[in-house]
Parts: sequence; C-alpha cells; structure tokens
Amino acid sequence: MPSSNQLTATDARSSQAPGIIKWVRANLFSNWFNSILTITLIPAVAYILFIVFRWVFISADWSAVTSQPLLFGVGQFPRDQIWRVGISLLSIMFLIGVSWGKWGGLLRSIGIFATLLFFGFAILPFQHEDLSIPIFTIASTVMTIRFFLGLISLFIIIGNFIGRLEAVSKRLIIIGWFVTPIITVILLSGFDNSELLPSITTTLWGGLLVTFLLAFGGIILSFPIGVALALGRRSKLPVVSAFSTIFIEMVRGVPLVTILFMFSFIINLVLPPSAIPERIVRALMAMTLFSAAYTAENIRGGLQAVPPGQMEAAKAVGMSGFQTMFFIVLPQALRAILPAIVGQFISLFKDTTLVVIVGINDFLGIGRSIINSTPEFLQLQLEVYVFIAIIYMIFSFLMSLASRKLEDALGVGER
Amino acid sequence: MASIKSSPDQNASIPFYRDERWLQSAAQIISAILIIGFLIYIIINFFIAADNRGLNLGFSFITEAAGFPISESIIEYDPSMSFGRAFLVGVVNTLRVSLLGIVAATILGASVALARLSQNWLLSRMALLYVEFHRNIPLLVLLYLWYFTVFSQFPNVQDSSELSRSIYFTQRGIYMIWPRLTETGGIFLIAVFVGIFGALFFWISLRRRREITGQQTYYIQVSLSVLIILPVIGWFLADGNPLWIDVPQFQRFNFEGGMRLTPEFMGIFIGLVTYTASFIAEVVRAGIQAVDRGQIEAAKAVGLNSLQILNLIIIPQALRIIIPPMISQYLNLTKNSSLAMVIGYQELFGLAKIAINNAGRAVQIFVMVMLTYLFFSLLTSTILNIYNRRIQFITR
Repeated sequence: MPSSNQLTATDARSSQAPGIIKWVRANLFSNWFNSILTITLIPAVAYILFIVFRWVFISADWSAVTSQPLLFGVGQFPRDQIWRVGISLLSIMFLIGVSWGKWGGLLRSIGIFATLLFFGFAILPFQHEDLSIPIFTIASTVMTIRFFLGLISLFIIIGNFIGRLEAVSKRLIIIGWFVTPIITVILLSGFDNSELLPSITTTLWGGLLVTFLLAFGGIILSFPIGVALALGRRSKLPVVSAFSTIFIEMVRGVPLVTILFMFSFIINLVLPPSAIPERIVRALMAMTLFSAAYTAENIRGGLQAVPPGQMEAAKAVGMSGFQTMFFIVLPQALRAILPAIVGQFISLFKDTTLVVIVGINDFLGIGRSIINSTPEFLQLQLEVYVFIAIIYMIFSFLMSLASRKLEDALGVGER
Repeated sequence: MASIKSSPDQNASIPFYRDERWLQSAAQIISAILIIGFLIYIIINFFIAADNRGLNLGFSFITEAAGFPISESIIEYDPSMSFGRAFLVGVVNTLRVSLLGIVAATILGASVALARLSQNWLLSRMALLYVEFHRNIPLLVLLYLWYFTVFSQFPNVQDSSELSRSIYFTQRGIYMIWPRLTETGGIFLIAVFVGIFGALFFWISLRRRREITGQQTYYIQVSLSVLIILPVIGWFLADGNPLWIDVPQFQRFNFEGGMRLTPEFMGIFIGLVTYTASFIAEVVRAGIQAVDRGQIEAAKAVGLNSLQILNLIIIPQALRIIIPPMISQYLNLTKNSSLAMVIGYQELFGLAKIAINNAGRAVQIFVMVMLTYLFFSLLTSTILNIYNRRIQFITR
C-alpha cells in the first residue's frame, strides 16, 4: 500500500478520534522529538512513582511523626493547660465556618479545606494522646486528639449553618474577627497569679502554634507598616522619604537571620532590661520589620501603577489628600499587586522557620528536636522532614490558591 | 515667620495651622525629632549597657589571634591567624557558594523554564511539579533534607561508593579527580584568560562595528580563533604539561588528593541551587511568555529560522523583563547562603557567630557582618542595574 494513502487514512481517522486520543497526539506525540521524549520519560516517571509509593506505604517508618502529634502541634505547652489552645483553635475555626456561611466565595473554599484538613488529621493513624482537662474531667476520657480534631471539623460545618441565619449580622462576625485574636493571645499567655489561667511562659510554646502565631502576627502587623513605609518613601517631604528609603534598603540588603539575631541578642544592649519583650515577641518584631520592608516595595510598585489622572480626578471632586490616598489610590494599588503581596506573605510564612536559628521551637524546630531526642529516630530523618515539608506545602499552596481566587473575584488584569 | 509677614496678601486669610507649607515643615520636623530621638535613646542605652558590662567597643581585636579552627577554607588559615583573617575566610566562603550557586541556579532554572514551556505535556508537568515543590517549602527544610538525608548519609570512607574510579562518595565528602597546575601552569592559565577576554573583546567590538558600518567583520570566526589559539600557544609555552591530574587515593584512613567537596558545602550548594532555580524558572518563563506572539509570527514571516528567532527576537525582548527580578533572585541566593550555618558550612554569618562565642565583641562583629552583606547587595544591584539600563536602552 502506498504510504501517502496510509497517511491520509490515519489523518481522517484521527480527526474523528475521541478527545483523549486527540489530546495524546497533540500533547505527547506532536512531532518526532516529542515522541522520543515521551517514550523515554514514561518509564522514568513510572519508576519514580513506584519508588515513591513503595517508600511512603511500605518502607517508610512514620513512627517518629505519629508518636507525638501534640509535640508537633503545640511544643512543650503544658499538657494540663492544652485546652486553652484547643478552645482558641475551635473558636477561630468556628468563625471561619460562620464566615463561610455568611459570605461564601473564597471563604467557602477555605472552610471546606479546613474541614477536610481537620477531618483528615483525625483519621490519619496518629497515636492517641489523652488530653487531660482539669475542668471537664468527664470529657477528658473521650477527649483524644482524634476526637477533638473531628469536633473541629464538625464545628466548622455547624458554624456554616449558623452563618446562614439572618439573625447573625455581618458586623457581628467582623467584630468577632477582631476580638478573637486578642482573646486567643490572652487565653494562651494567661495572667500571673491566676488560678484558672496561670501564665505560660512563651519559651514553652512551640510547634505549629508558634509557626502560625509568627506567620499571622507578622502578616497582620507588617502590612500597615509596609503601607506606611511605601507612602513615606513616596512622600514629598524629604526627611520622611529619606528615612523610609534608608530603612527599606537597609533591611532588604541584609539576610533575615542577621535581623533575627540582632533582635535576639543585640536588643539586650539597646533597651533597658525592663522593656525587653519575650523571645517570641522579639522574633515576631524582627519578622514584621523584615517583611514590612519588602511589602513596602511591592506597594510602591502598585502606587506607581495607578494612573495620575485618578488622583487628579479625586482632587477635582474635592477629596482631601487623605481621602484620595485611602479611597482612590491605595485600593487600586493593592488590587494591582495582590499576587506580589500574597507571594510576600507566603515567603514570610516559610521564613518563620528561621526562628530555629535563634532557639525557638517552631514546627521545624520541633521536628529537629524529636529527631535528636531518640537514637532510633536519627534513622527516620527523611520521614520527619518529608512530613514537615508536606505541611508547609499544604499551607503555602492554600495561600496561593486563595490569592488566585481573590484575583478572579477582584477582576485583576481584566479591568 | 518673617516670610509669612512679608506677604500678607496671600496668607492673611489662612491661619498657619491650615497653611500647607507650615504643616509640611511641621510634619518633617516632628518625624525627624521622633526618629532621631529614638536613635539617640537607643545609642545612649547602648553606651550605658556597654559601660555596665565593661564591653570593649574598639576594633583592635581584628589583629589579634582568632584561636578557633575553621573546617574549610580556600585561602590559607590556621587558628593562630587574626580575627580579620577569619572574617576574610567567611567572606570568601560566602562568595564561593554564592557565585557558584548563581551560575548553577541560572542554568538549572533556565532549563526548568524551557521544560515548563515544552509542548510535551509530560515534561512540562514534571517541570511544574519541580517548581511548585520547591517554591512551597521553606528553604531551611530543603537544606535539612539535602544535608541530613543525603550528603551526610553517604557510606564511611572505607566502603565508599565510587563512579568509575574518578568520583568517590563518602561521609567526609565527595572526592573527585581534578586538574591542577604544574610549575609552568601559570603561563597556560594566563594564556587561557587572555584568550577568553580577547575573544570577548573581539566579539563585542567587531560586532558593534558591523552593526554600525554594515561591513562583514567575521566577528564569530575571529573571536573563536582567539579563544582556541591563545591557550594552544600557552600550552606550548608551558612545555606541553601545564596540568596534572590529581587523583584521589585511598590511604590508610582517608582519601588523599583530588578535589574534596565537603558534605556541608554540597548541602548548602545543592539546597540553594535547587531552591533558587525554581524561582528563576518562573522568572524566565514569565519573561519568555511576555514576548508578544505577533513578534514571533512576524519573524517567521520575514523568514528567520527558529535559532534566529530565539537569538534575535525572543531573548533580547525577554531579557528586558527577566533581568530586574533575576537581580533580586541572585541577591536572595547570596543572602540565603547565611542559612548555611544550620548545617555547619562556615560562611560569613556562621563564622561571625563562632567569633562572638569565642571573643565576645558581638556588636562590632555584627556591624561588620551586616555592612558586608549590605555592601554586596548594593554593589550587585548597582552593577546589574547599570547593565539593565543599557539593555533597556539598546533594545528600545
């Protein structure tokens, strides 16, 4: 048979072929080079997948990870006071649930994700650890971590239904969001000489608790400082602009570790002893200032992207400088640089691991101390680090996903 | 005050607290007082604290003997040498891992970006997986993974695994064969460098002449022949044996000879490279994708082949977009090298910490370290910004 006939025959067939074959042709065998590439890659990928699956489900020994889930969660936080962490977590997750019910959209994705996450952790084969709760002695016998994590995912769903009620106003929920973090911090740190809430020194805090405190604390605090620095740098007042520029460039010119180090050790020399905050707070200050400098540069880029006509129009309708900035320029600037800001927040979240260097046991630090605590675990480093990497990956990925959804909602790049 | 009084026609109706000039100067003075006041407060506290603790704030310690060993250095060092020397070792070690890392990360990142843009679905998905994995985990976790689960887990020196008798993987590092200069090798080395720079010089100047005058200058042929002929001349000037091959030999307890790469160096190097490459890959991909499709179609229409399209159309335009974020990635890599401390590679920051533990003087050492990083950051960004400005200018 002549080959040209054959060719036309296959062409005719392929145009009628089902979608999947067409797709394979277009994406895997579009030309001879691609075909060779695909044929060599398939066995390689299959082999890697085989190795990974065999390791995860057969040869890996996850005991270092599963034996002390509480350590990963809260570090050395006193076990008889652990209910304080529990209640904080429960109330925040409940608020997420309520907000999901009220607004939907992005919060819906976050709510569903959180529900699945806690449910997933509840069914993962972590070892049971009893939570002895002094007040609710009856509850403590059933109050295993597993039960509690399940309870959280239940609370999110309950919150979702409550949020749908008309009686719950949006204002109430927003007030809740402002109040809860403050209550959480008070609940976790406690008071001196208190029977019910004895103060817990932050040196005992650890694990994911510290990671999230540093990350969210840093994000919330660094954002307004970053806005102020960006406005300061663009200010017409030379003194303000010079100080902002010097600060931003100096912070961006040195590694975060040096700043963390400065706040951990040099601060003893420049502040009177009574004014020196606790170690974790010093770390938070360092992370905040570091992140603020980068946020400021991002925001400055956004400010430059706002057309000057906007500002002139605002002035023409009689807005004051303050109104122009906060109602016209900043909203547009922030919308334009949303991806960059979220990227900065993700890297702040990842950078919280550096507090290990100044001796704070965050999530990664706990992993290291678990490895070093038991000789057998020294052989299980891969498992521990892979687990840690996956947890960080989940949250970073969630943040970038949220950013993409928010961009869609705000119509970034469309208007 | 006098100026206000002298022009009453304008300012008579505006009270000073509504006058913009007044408010602006007041804002400046207040912010300056606040900031400078805070700085003075800090400095006074600092001197009080330094006095109370009897701190020595001089820099004379730099010439004193350091007294601590350094695990690896490519310049000569022993504990009897000065603190200044130890500091220099730290700077060299930082530069070593940063410069090598920048080169390697650029190559890896560009390759991943090309794979990401490949028409082959499998390849582009694998590149995406690589990028997402590395971008979403902290660098420190990656460093721990590479160092504690790979490079420090190699077999003992006695039962090292080898690759064709030229590379040995051991717990004490990777030993591999390495060319070293003989006594006459210096001449050869000079010839090679002159060849490289001569080739670059001819390439740039002849090419520019061709662009200006339009006459054929054979810039490719000329610079290639310079690149080849000069090292050959150097080879003969060096009596035909400028190099000898240093082969690692297993002695009684350890390897001797060859090039040794410590596990610590490999950990920070590979960690930094794989991490930064994922960011560079995204930068390069975004730059290439930002080139207008119409440009490529137009190039095809006027008959350029695919190599010419890449060389003359895509790369010059993509570079304009790529270079600024690339600069910040390079700076990030250099600053991130300070994390090497956690796995024991002794670069600037790690050595500073050791020096502080040994000799105190935290403040002075700290100031030196921060100024060094600041110097490198500002230097790099200045040089690359100048290059960036030139490239923006030429292509527009």
